[in-house]
Amino acid sequence: MTTSLYSTRGADPTTAPAFLAPLEGRDAAILPVVADLRARGRARFAAVGLPTVKNEAWRYTNLRELAKQSIAPAGDSAATPVDRLPTVRSAGAGPRLVFVDGRFRADLSTLQGLPTGVLLTDFASACRDHGDLVAAHLGRLASADDRPLVALNSADLTDGVVLRVGAGVAVAEPIELVYVTVGREGVTASSHPRALILLETGARAVLVEHHISQGGAAVLSNHVAEITIGEGATLHHCKVQRENDASFHLSHIAASVATGGVYDNFILTLGARLSRNEVVSALDGRDARTHVSGGYMVRGHQHADISTVIDHAQPNGTSREVYKGVIDDHARAAFQGKIIVRPQAQKTDGHQLNRALLLSDNAEIDAKPELQIFADDVKCSHGCTAGELDDNALFYLRARGIDKETARGLLIGAFLADVLDEIAEAPIRDAFQDYVAGWLEEQR
Amino acid sequence: MIEIKNLHAKVDGKDILKGVDLTIRPGEVHAIMGPNGAGKSTLSYVLAGRDGYEVTDGSVTYYGKDLLAMEPEERAAEGVFLAFQYPVEIPGVANTTFLKTAINATRKHRGEKELDAMQFLKLLREKTKALGMSDEMLKRAVNVGFSGGEKKRNETLQMAVLEPKFAILDETDSGLDIDALKIVAEGVNALRSPERSMLVITHYQRLLDYIVPDYVHVLAAGRVVKSGGKDLALELEKNGYRDFGVDEAA
Amino acid sequence: MAAQPETIDQVRAVTEQKYKYGFTTDIESDVAPKGLNEDIVRFISAKKNEPEWLLEWRLRAYRVWLTMEEPEWAAVQFPPIDYQDAHYYAAPKQKVRPKSLDEVDPELLATYAKLGIPLREQEILAGVEGSENKSPAIAVDAVFDSVSVATTFKAKLEEMGIIFCAISEAVQKHPDLVKKYLGSVVPYTDNYYATLNCAVFTDGSFVYIPKGVRCPMELSTYFRINQANTGQFERTLIIADEGSYVSYLEGCTAPQRDENQLHAAVVELVALDNATIKYSTVQNWYPGNAEGVGGIYNFVTKRGACRGKNSKISWTQVETGSAITWKYPSCILQGDNSVGEFYSVAITNNRQQADTGTKMIHIGKNTRSTIVSKGISAGKAQQTYRGLVKILPKAEGARNHTQCDSLLIGDQCGAHTVPYIESRNRSARIEHEATTAKISDDQLFYCRQRGISEEDAVSLIVNGFCKEVLKELPMEFAVEAQKLVGISLEGSVG
Repeated sequence: MTTSLYSTRGADPTTAPAFLAPLEGRDAAILPVVADLRARGRARFAAVGLPTVKNEAWRYTNLRELAKQSIAPAGDSAATPVDRLPTVRSAGAGPRLVFVDGRFRADLSTLQGLPTGVLLTDFASACRDHGDLVAAHLGRLASADDRPLVALNSADLTDGVVLRVGAGVAVAEPIELVYVTVGREGVTASSHPRALILLETGARAVLVEHHISQGGAAVLSNHVAEITIGEGATLHHCKVQRENDASFHLSHIAASVATGGVYDNFILTLGARLSRNEVVSALDGRDARTHVSGGYMVRGHQHADISTVIDHAQPNGTSREVYKGVIDDHARAAFQGKIIVRPQAQKTDGHQLNRALLLSDNAEIDAKPELQIFADDVKCSHGCTAGELDDNALFYLRARGIDKETARGLLIGAFLADVLDEIAEAPIRDAFQDYVAGWLEEQR
Repeated sequence: MIEIKNLHAKVDGKDILKGVDLTIRPGEVHAIMGPNGAGKSTLSYVLAGRDGYEVTDGSVTYYGKDLLAMEPEERAAEGVFLAFQYPVEIPGVANTTFLKTAINATRKHRGEKELDAMQFLKLLREKTKALGMSDEMLKRAVNVGFSGGEKKRNETLQMAVLEPKFAILDETDSGLDIDALKIVAEGVNALRSPERSMLVITHYQRLLDYIVPDYVHVLAAGRVVKSGGKDLALELEKNGYRDFGVDEAA
Repeated sequence: MAAQPETIDQVRAVTEQKYKYGFTTDIESDVAPKGLNEDIVRFISAKKNEPEWLLEWRLRAYRVWLTMEEPEWAAVQFPPIDYQDAHYYAAPKQKVRPKSLDEVDPELLATYAKLGIPLREQEILAGVEGSENKSPAIAVDAVFDSVSVATTFKAKLEEMGIIFCAISEAVQKHPDLVKKYLGSVVPYTDNYYATLNCAVFTDGSFVYIPKGVRCPMELSTYFRINQANTGQFERTLIIADEGSYVSYLEGCTAPQRDENQLHAAVVELVALDNATIKYSTVQNWYPGNAEGVGGIYNFVTKRGACRGKNSKISWTQVETGSAITWKYPSCILQGDNSVGEFYSVAITNNRQQADTGTKMIHIGKNTRSTIVSKGISAGKAQQTYRGLVKILPKAEGARNHTQCDSLLIGDQCGAHTVPYIESRNRSARIEHEATTAKISDDQLFYCRQRGISEEDAVSLIVNGFCKEVLKELPMEFAVEAQKLVGISLEGSVG
């Protein structure tokens, strides 16, 4: 049995030229491996185009509206003024890389607080100074053949981040990556940042990603991250996406965890007209752990898609997955969560939970939790619920004199509170809590 | 008669039993006491034939037969009964179904006629009544949703129904309050008979106030290090296992 | 750790000799030439002396089928089927439809006797204590290679206005009912296999329960494939009129053959206001041998429409046979307060594959559905639960509860769970839970310590695992099903 190799059923290559034509004659690649990947990405995307709902992996997310956009690669953003940069820090400064419309901005970035043994740099610099590292990891975990949007990201591979934490190095300060999209009127400016992240044996780091818009122009951000967790290494990876509601946010994270390693991922989705977060966490070594979770809160005509794959490839792995969503107005959310346990992955322990709250008559949730199990000595489960706020609780609060909107806000906040507890670091949890509170405030 | 000679056993590659010697004659009740990790539960599992408990040396002769050569169900049919420290839950399988299957399997092995539904129910009713158990408990799935006391009573009921020649009671007192302990002990005492031997495994002396043994053995670090009469238990209660090289608050 | 090596050997040892229905009946048959085209469709329709509208419907279906692709989403694998390499019509040769069992070929009667299916009413009655005055427990329609050969207790049922006959007979005698409901739940454009069935279906059962009638006995169809190289395409249609009740049972077996045979049936149920249909299946088609040679491809579309308010459709299935099972008995909950249920035990062993589950489509207000699925996979089998719960915007107050449990026996099999949950009504509440585990070593040892053999312990534990579903079966079937669970897994210890 194959797992999620891209089926071309329903593929529509006619959507490809609009994305690929503007890429003709873009700047030459520094490294052959980059040039090669770009060529492969272009060829593959030209053949398959954007995925359609006829493809099982995309049955709940329709990219028709994206196909209708007038796509143009984001322009030169080297001098674009940026108002304010978000941070999870309450005070002081720490390592931070900033990207505006997908391009690295050295003037806004800092390496302050990074210990020795850590490489944190932009993609172009890494290609120039650490070509071997890039060559060894680029395209290794995220396959352009399996996923059309990875192919599209590869086709325009220009900028991004490279992080390497050396063996045994623990980075105390969270490393922040800030992606600001500005775009321009009249077109949907596209950027395709790539992240290569490598934690060597026993390394530890915390990574926080912010995705925000400046202004209301529609953009397409199509991220790909390839994350290698070495033996006994631990990465906590938190992301908050607050782009404007005209934008398209697509992201593919592919992580591979070696023996005894830990990969934790938390994604808070608040923004974008259409977002899709794919997280693939492969436990490729024994005794590895992964914990993927998040919250999604959508309203208006937003569409949020969370598609995860936990791939238990070796024995004694543990995975835990918790998502909670709140869907209001005409918004729609999709959750697809697959747990694979391969034949050799005995003694696997895998659990998954998705709970969605529908706040309006026109809101929709589509969920497809999935267990694919080929080993017998395993404990796996998933749970999934959908429903509205508890009427009794609402009435109880109102009977105590709390107005309806406040009561609803309290109950929604309570519903989301425990998913935020999945974040291990208090400052990040607090910052994310504030974003949730802000969203609830705007609801009123 | 059960003769355990120089019994050595390994679990997960670790030597746990390092030469246990013990002889139990019909009708005798022996208690095995010992600190945590002494090998008490291992001994009970080895005698019952659990997978993963590897006998590396020694022998167990059971009424002239090599006990260690038998499958677990053969041992059960030959009259070896283990009252589990943690009785296992089997969802969906009614207690009655389970007991009927067990008793008929045993009878078949012995060349006796299987009981029909009526005969079985009659037998079960008698035994249940004697133990003060409700019919409702019999309808429930095996040990599912049972309290600690109910589980141990259920073990005693099974013992009463299956009428073993040799019963091993593994930490029967664990998880029981004093009232539950008394009920279970009464049930066990009612089953004492000149043909039936028992091996009572316990960490605490408390149980032995209610099930009074003929002999007490101390198991420490995989060996029987001291044997005596029932007074040995009281001595242990007072001094703990310190004298046997184990420092722990008993 | 996983299964003991000897266990795996034992699983391997459970092979075709356990399949006691693998014999063939030597009987003269009418067989259409191999292949599929419009002439064959016309031939079948002519054989059945069908009215023009039905032929037209079949031809429309056939033309749509030509434009369709075989579904690829199910987690089953098989070599491409050559639809031209099969006979689409095979029937035991009979000059005229037999008026009584005395006219039925004795070979056929012997076949059913061997299968344990009583077709002689007097025999059935004789078997019932107290005899004549009591209602018999069960009435049977026997379908042999797609043709209904006998239906018992017709007269008694007719007294109450209940129609229970072959669908080909219903086309002749009750054309209005058939025309009104045929294809109304599973339209001829529905899916690849159902559409093929519309074009070439040969027979099946027809049931109509009139208003307010509670059918006094279980109705049952017994399907038997005998002829080699034939596809079997039955069509069953059950209509429960307002306030009526019926419990219907279906059993299936087939001879042991080396080639795969296609069984693409369609079952349509319609429940009007306050009506209840209980549909139980024990599917024991030949599963193929241990190496996966032969066996039935069971690609079946079963769907019930709860058209009326307070109506209820309950599916119970015990699936132990077939090389490949592809079936999703479903409920369309249109009527307000209507109820859909799906209780399933599926056992796959050796090289069997099953992709099975249900669809619950909530349309009406306060509609409720319950799904309980128990999957057991052993040997090198692959099994998938696939289920859809869909709540449409008007389904105010809809409720669904789904419990899917899988049990793995041995480390070479797979058990997969793929639920689809789609809600467009905020007042709807959906709960889905799924677990996967193996038979625990603790449970096995506990049973064995009480003197129960490993094999019996597995049967006991698996039956316990399935209990929630088995208790939904009518009594007559429940005992059979329990034994079947034991037989299907004999020796397969984890």
